[in-house]
Amino acid sequence: MGWNEFAFLLRGLQWTVALSLVGFIGGGVFGLAVALARTSGQPLLERVTAGYIGLFQGTPLLMQLFVVYYGLALIGLKLDAWVAVSIGFTLHASAFLGEIWRGSIQAVPRGQTEAANALSLHYVSRMKDVVLPQAFRISLPATVGFLVQLIKGTSLAAIVGFTELARAGNIVSNQTFKPLLVFAVVGALYFVMCWPLSLYGAHLERRFAAASR
Amino acid sequence: MAAANASPAPASAQPMIAMRGVEKWYGDYKALTDINLTVASGEKIVLCGPSGSGKSTLIRCINHLEPYSAGEIRVDGTLLGDDRKTIDAVRREVGMVFQQFNLFPHLTVMQNCTLAPMRSRGLGKAQAEAVARRLLDRVKILDQADKFPAQLSGGQQQRVAIARALCMKPKVMLFDEPTSALDPEMVKEVLDTMISLAEDGMTMICVTHEMGFARQVADRVIFMAGGAIVEEGHPAEFFKAPKHERTRKFLGEILGH
Repeated sequence: MGWNEFAFLLRGLQWTVALSLVGFIGGGVFGLAVALARTSGQPLLERVTAGYIGLFQGTPLLMQLFVVYYGLALIGLKLDAWVAVSIGFTLHASAFLGEIWRGSIQAVPRGQTEAANALSLHYVSRMKDVVLPQAFRISLPATVGFLVQLIKGTSLAAIVGFTELARAGNIVSNQTFKPLLVFAVVGALYFVMCWPLSLYGAHLERRFAAASR
Repeated sequence: MAAANASPAPASAQPMIAMRGVEKWYGDYKALTDINLTVASGEKIVLCGPSGSGKSTLIRCINHLEPYSAGEIRVDGTLLGDDRKTIDAVRREVGMVFQQFNLFPHLTVMQNCTLAPMRSRGLGKAQAEAVARRLLDRVKILDQADKFPAQLSGGQQQRVAIARALCMKPKVMLFDEPTSALDPEMVKEVLDTMISLAEDGMTMICVTHEMGFARQVADRVIFMAGGAIVEEGHPAEFFKAPKHERTRKFLGEILGH
């Protein structure tokens, strides 16, 4: 395996990073919306988002990507592969993050909301200034865990034609007949992405713990 | 603002809080029965009674932490309805102190005190901090302004909670068992703060079992049982000659040991 092959893997890595970022950002924004809808106190909104979460937690990511790309094409909605996976990862991540954050919002003691209400803080301030910072802290281990899973889950984008890291590894391995070496390198590259994220999560947790001591 | 709906009667004649025929149901369970209570401006009320008698529910109805089921509640003339606007208007004028303090743990003492004045009274940061410094000084805890709540003792936290409520410049203060979660040696510092507040003429309703406080500060002591007001009176008469059997029994239990 020479430099050319390694450069090919790095280009795959770029796609993996790009796909992960799309999942993080899309999933973060819509996940927050899902979590707020789930805790809104509006029965209809809560039921609809509960169904949404159930659907995306209950089916494999591979199938979700498949349906968004090929399924929508069947009914005449031909999406660019990049748009399709962005939608797929956003839907997937927002369901999982929405449920994680829903639980965290509900884990913030009731007295916090009551105190905010008694001080006549309106909904936006109550959430932004009081509830969400505490919920974020509670959700940190689960959130980081899910994001790490998501990075590795981007390998499934190969199904709609993305040559991301895992797929690039497969190609190189087929050319060089050195699967062990190639996949060791691929594994190391995944590790280099995921491990700092876990470390950063642990660092944030320690910092929050120190602030409340 | 809060007096916008007020009748043309002079402000001094208008009660600060007027509850008429207030009832509260939790499903089939009746938590409050026909509550009639009028509190004049500057009056200090102590509410006592056995646990489950509805005293916390009563004061939580006044700032709509619990919606009431029937009757009417007026705070400084404003009829407390179910709409955001009147609820917010009432909550801006009514401060509350909780048994469990309920300080915001991720914010410093100073930030706890400035959040609501900035967000809901529209004060600037410098202005809100000036108000907070004055009130933190008043509850003798200004030197801890940059600490987080968890770094303070229970008594200190409760004094911060009092200062936080006062920063909104409320016309009424509600206290929901403010000393019940405190270690005995910290009860006095909180009571002293409440006494000084009372001396400054604040309208106060306190749910508490601190009968020494009631004797010293209260204009009226109200005894509740089973969700209803059983008896009320000036503390001198109330403690010396309670009229009802249930009141005597209750006082015997909390004073008798």
